[in-house]
Amino acid sequence: MTATMVKEANPPAPVHPDGARGRRLRRRGRVIALLFAFPALLLLGALVVYPVLFSIGRSFFDASGNEFVGGGNYAEMFRDPTTLKAVRNTAIWVVVAPTLLTGLGLILAVLVEKVRWATAFKLLLFMPMAVSFLAAGIIFRLAYDEDPDKGVLNAAVVSVHDAFEGSSSYPAARARDGEGLTKGPDGSYATGAEVSPGGTTTLLGLVGVAPKDLPGDAEPAAGAAAGKAGADEVRGVVYLDFTPGGGGEPGVVDREESGLPGVTVEAVRDGGTVARTTTAADGSFRFTGLDGGSYALKLPSSNFAPPYDGISWLGPALVTPAIIGAYLWIWTGFAMVLIGAGLAALPRDALEAARMDGANEWQIFRRITVPLLGPVLTVVFVTLVINVMKVFDLVYIIAPGPVQADATVLATQMWLVSFGGGNNQGLGSALGVLLLLLVIPAMVFNVRRFRRSER
Amino acid sequence: MNAVRRALGNAVVQAFLVVIGLVWMTPLAGLFLSSLRSAEDTAKGGWWTVFTGPGQLSFENYSALLENSGITQAFWNTVLISVPTTVLVVVIAALAGYAFAWLDFPGRDAVFLAVVALLVVPVQIGLLPVAKLFGQLGLFGTIPGVVLFHVAYGLPFAVFLLRNYFAEMPKEMLEAARMDGGSEWRIFTRLVLPVGRPAIASLAIFQFLWVWNDMLVALLFADSSSQPLTVQLQSQIRQFGSNIDVLAPGAFLSLIVPVVVFFAFQRHFVQGVMAGSVK
Repeated sequence: MTATMVKEANPPAPVHPDGARGRRLRRRGRVIALLFAFPALLLLGALVVYPVLFSIGRSFFDASGNEFVGGGNYAEMFRDPTTLKAVRNTAIWVVVAPTLLTGLGLILAVLVEKVRWATAFKLLLFMPMAVSFLAAGIIFRLAYDEDPDKGVLNAAVVSVHDAFEGSSSYPAARARDGEGLTKGPDGSYATGAEVSPGGTTTLLGLVGVAPKDLPGDAEPAAGAAAGKAGADEVRGVVYLDFTPGGGGEPGVVDREESGLPGVTVEAVRDGGTVARTTTAADGSFRFTGLDGGSYALKLPSSNFAPPYDGISWLGPALVTPAIIGAYLWIWTGFAMVLIGAGLAALPRDALEAARMDGANEWQIFRRITVPLLGPVLTVVFVTLVINVMKVFDLVYIIAPGPVQADATVLATQMWLVSFGGGNNQGLGSALGVLLLLLVIPAMVFNVRRFRRSER
Repeated sequence: MNAVRRALGNAVVQAFLVVIGLVWMTPLAGLFLSSLRSAEDTAKGGWWTVFTGPGQLSFENYSALLENSGITQAFWNTVLISVPTTVLVVVIAALAGYAFAWLDFPGRDAVFLAVVALLVVPVQIGLLPVAKLFGQLGLFGTIPGVVLFHVAYGLPFAVFLLRNYFAEMPKEMLEAARMDGGSEWRIFTRLVLPVGRPAIASLAIFQFLWVWNDMLVALLFADSSSQPLTVQLQSQIRQFGSNIDVLAPGAFLSLIVPVVVFFAFQRHFVQGVMAGSVK
């Protein structure tokens, strides 16, 4: 059976097939053949096959290696919470990463065909394949830094967030007790409902802003505080009720006290906001065109919200998706190039015929390209699954010490259990065997694919 | 109308791909710029602040790196591990690939199928048993030990690749050489190796990059005097923030060699990766 499997299964054509001389020649040929194959077979046998058998045997013994525990290590694997976590994380990896990569690779492979600089683009995306996981790990440790002043991802997230939500200017500001402003349950500050249009300028004093945290354009508030409001106008000033060097009087705008620019002020009547404005450089604000009556002035809590710090990428909740993100950076080019090669081999006339029939690009993609690419997509997917199962370095490098237990996968867990302090080589071997069992479908896939190609 | 829509669609595609390209370049650019800044500057703000304050940039980290004997030793160890591994894998796999393709010995095809099956065996399963074996042989913690392990785990792919490439050679070519009375060794060196050069080049590049970038194997099998760059840098990662002036240029040093190799031999590299898929 095996003889028909290999295409060129031809023995070296014997010169004399019969007789003693022929037999001798054939035996000599076999010896030479074995000499050629010997170094490879020796190394594979001693360092690959033997270790596999050894690990399988070792996985049935306890940590010391002296006591037979049967399936104990395998049961332990699903009982011990950290190992169980590793099994779960590996499952997430295996489902998410190859799917995203194959999808992304397919989209990019189709799109890149439409531009002239396809080669340059492919090279750029493929290049991370040459970069070690260690270097990639360091790169992404930098990028994922939680401090938005250091990590580029959070810098981007925070600037997008602040562009839409606005950033609060005075997170630490508060009002003095008994000076007119009362704190609401949501963190806002409001006056009583006694402000009416045409009255005197309302003074809203805040404290708790360090002089160095004042915006550069802030101006003294004394001038604005002295202004008079028009008949249908409410005027006021938000100021820092604190004189540098001391000597100021609480509740009064002293000469050197600064206005607080950029504070949102709302006019509230009967519990509803009727007008909203923002203070100027000297802290002044005014509402015009208000109906007569009395209003409360409110400084909403958004003025005092703590600054948005971005996302905790490497925290326990997001560390695995974050590391998968780094993995995408490395492997997308691979998926794209392989799928691209499959795309180039598609029968052009099928695509042309569909186009002639008036199919649009999406229909062609859905109905023709993807089905025809099926085998290539399978190969890419399977390759990625095998590689994802063995992922080690990235997790080991990117996950900071305290969250390592949340990010752990089979390969890292196997390492930690066997060598990194755990020192339980029985359980470690069992984890290694589990890894091997998980790749056996790929092994079968490979062997069958090879036998088919040899027919 | 249709032409306008198509042009618009193409512009959208171009813009999308440009954005993706920029996103892909940013991490590397960030590492490079970080490697040119002091640890104090990095603690204060991200690498993008160099666009407003280019005075932060200097090559001081790199000159400090060249003075750092731990790093330079590790760099040479990386070379001493990856070059011999590559040579050994190519030689051993070429011999075996020729035997599997053109020579006859009992059980040849079954053995080759076993090699195909070994393609996906995870390195992890070999760590513990081979460590014990090397301990007995005195190879544990040495460069030859690291090399041997890499060679063994590189072989299934290497033999697979070369056997398949050699098997494509025309049968008549080999038979003619045999009729002329050439010995198998002569046929191998004079005929098979030259013909197989493209596959051998792909294999060599791929193998070199694989070993150059390895951390896991060396983490176990190399001791402090034989450890490569990846392990040396990994040992400093605990103090990520304060060591960034060593880690960033060190990582850049470790990736610049494979990236240059990649650009110099991109065609072979891509072919090697494609042939090695489903490994």
